[in-house]
Amino acid sequence: MDSILPAVGTADTAPLGPGQLRELYSLMAAVRYLDTSAVAWQRQGIIPGYAPELGQEAAQVGSAYALDTARDFAFPTYREMGVARAMGVDMVAYMSTHKATWHGGMYNPPASRLAPIQAVVAGSVLHAVGWAHGQTLSGEQGVALSYFGDGASSQGDVHEAMNFAAVMKAPVVFFIQNNGWAISVPTERQVAGGSVAARAAGYDIPGIQVDGNDVVAVYEATRNAFAHCRQGNGPVVVEAMTYRRGPHSTADDPGRYRSLDNERIDAGVDPLERFRKRLLAEGEADEAFFAAAHDAARAEEEAIRIGIEALGPRPGNEMFDFVFQETTPVLENQATRWREESEHV
Amino acid sequence: MSESTATLEARAPMEARLTQLSMQQALNRALDEVLSTDPKTLVFGEDCGQLGGVFRITDGLQTKHGDTRVFDTPLAESGILGMSVGLAMAGFHPIPEVQFDGFAYPAINQIVCQIARMNYRSRGTLPMPITLRVPSFGGIRAPEHHGESLEALFAHVPGLKVVSPSDPHDAYHLLKYAASRPDPVIFMEPKSRYWQKGDVDTADGGSLTGARVVRPGRHLTLVAWGAMVARCLQVAELAAEDGIDVEVLDLRWLKPIDAATLATSVGKTRRAVVVHEAPLTSGLGAEVAQLITQSCFDTLKAPVERVTGFDVPYPSGDLEDEYIPNIDRILLGIQRVLEYRRG
Ligand SMILES: Cc1ncc(C[n+]2csc(CCOP(=O)(O)OP(=O)(O)O)c2C)c(N)n1
Repeated sequence: MDSILPAVGTADTAPLGPGQLRELYSLMAAVRYLDTSAVAWQRQGIIPGYAPELGQEAAQVGSAYALDTARDFAFPTYREMGVARAMGVDMVAYMSTHKATWHGGMYNPPASRLAPIQAVVAGSVLHAVGWAHGQTLSGEQGVALSYFGDGASSQGDVHEAMNFAAVMKAPVVFFIQNNGWAISVPTERQVAGGSVAARAAGYDIPGIQVDGNDVVAVYEATRNAFAHCRQGNGPVVVEAMTYRRGPHSTADDPGRYRSLDNERIDAGVDPLERFRKRLLAEGEADEAFFAAAHDAARAEEEAIRIGIEALGPRPGNEMFDFVFQETTPVLENQATRWREESEHV
Repeated sequence: MSESTATLEARAPMEARLTQLSMQQALNRALDEVLSTDPKTLVFGEDCGQLGGVFRITDGLQTKHGDTRVFDTPLAESGILGMSVGLAMAGFHPIPEVQFDGFAYPAINQIVCQIARMNYRSRGTLPMPITLRVPSFGGIRAPEHHGESLEALFAHVPGLKVVSPSDPHDAYHLLKYAASRPDPVIFMEPKSRYWQKGDVDTADGGSLTGARVVRPGRHLTLVAWGAMVARCLQVAELAAEDGIDVEVLDLRWLKPIDAATLATSVGKTRRAVVVHEAPLTSGLGAEVAQLITQSCFDTLKAPVERVTGFDVPYPSGDLEDEYIPNIDRILLGIQRVLEYRRG
């Protein structure tokens, strides 16, 4: 698809080798299993809610695969399970947010290079810009990868973020997963100006649209964007065109705004199936590999479910423990009162 | 400050550490020193660089510390505060400025949902050592949105700390203190006091964590903060002429409130009037009154009085003097408390 990024000739632009292609497939399979299972867990009462990403595996895995966790940092919203998995985040800790254990998740953001799960749409887009500017200030090479949706792109913060990043030449990749819907509102009722990528021109930022169902295309677009940023050229907008196949969340009823027939037509080819066909056709993988990948994904899902089920509620004092680095007498008094009253009951 | 510098300064002659500064100069000096001692601090906002800020609080800092440490941002408050979150995540200590209190509103989302919660959300792994400087309160006949009292709004938000200095000495020390803390602090500068001079002891800030008795008295405690402290001191002088001995308590920290010092003061005087510029309803006066009731209920001689702004949008300059508690209104408040008779 369109790319107005100048070609960058660096070592990390080599085509993906067979091992990497297979790794991408394994990641997507793991994500697919965990995602569909999480919806089932919700139905079974194991978790109270979940925001599925069925159909967005290529966009999430492909983009996150371009990230270097030794130096980069990703800023997710609430739907980036595939990103977390591709980055190697502890998935029980990640899924704990959907168990209502802790807002933001139980993983360690600085260590895993993934910011806490974010419920305010576009809330973290400016954080990515600030973090990226920090890289410039300290002479580091890290790039911020900011995830958000087509709906979020309507938020003022996204416009402020793009303008800030362009003015400051901040190394940030704005990665939009345009999954066609913001809950019930389709992109054409959401995004003016043609596309989110098209808006980038207004900020003099390179804007790329990529087929978000093609994991390799997504990876390459993101990798090129990273290289562009690392060379000091400022931000890039990457809009991955994909489709949210299921409901917005486990509380959503998509039947109220689209028919199953429309869903089938608009969704196109399943990204996982599509990649599988490609690997088969190119001789990069065989049925035995796929079977093994699926077995591994199933086993992983099961281990995560067991971990999630074993997660007890947090001790109540933690409610007070993390408000501040330096607690206050008022808060200490409240914690004491809470302890006394909860022991009394 | 290193141990040896501290000793040196302590030994320095009184005139070297005692200096007359306006609050503007005191804040400027504090920022200069913070930038010099902590290489991770950044000072930024609208017009903070070359211009030195519309109130000149950042005057000369860009020239001295460079335009990567002190810089102008695009004109977008949410952008400024949201960027501060990311910079804090990257290990910096942002000291952003919003140009006027009323323009903190466009950034409320980032302040409340992000700055105040990131430490919590991340289970303490992403501290937000951000000091947000907000030129605050009225009294300068400014246009709409250039004079607001947001303390109750900020103080109500879990995860934020709120402080307001009332004189140059405290401005200097409290800003340095706030900037050295690991938690977000909303630093409310009383803009009507920017140009008032006062003694600053640069070597000895005293205790900076709680409230401060700025004038001891026996008959009644006036509780105030920010610009209202100076006004309450004037009131105390006038009341003294009538034989009323007023204690003036500068709350300083509006979150967390120093309940112990409040209790000690009112426990002694047994009467209290809270004075603030913000509207009456759900203002911090209510919080202060409750804290006093809780600790001094048995000894109080009268219900706690409040002398405040009104529940109206901040009025235009011509009506400002009617809105901000003036000397007469405060004296009347004192009178109500002193004349209270149990029914
Ligand atoms: C600021 C804000 N407003 C409203 C919501 C409620 N909400 C949650 S998701 C959503 C739609 C977001 O659509 P999009 O950005 O396209 O992302 P997607 O859910 O499709 O991944 C809305 C309205 C929210 N989370 N945050």
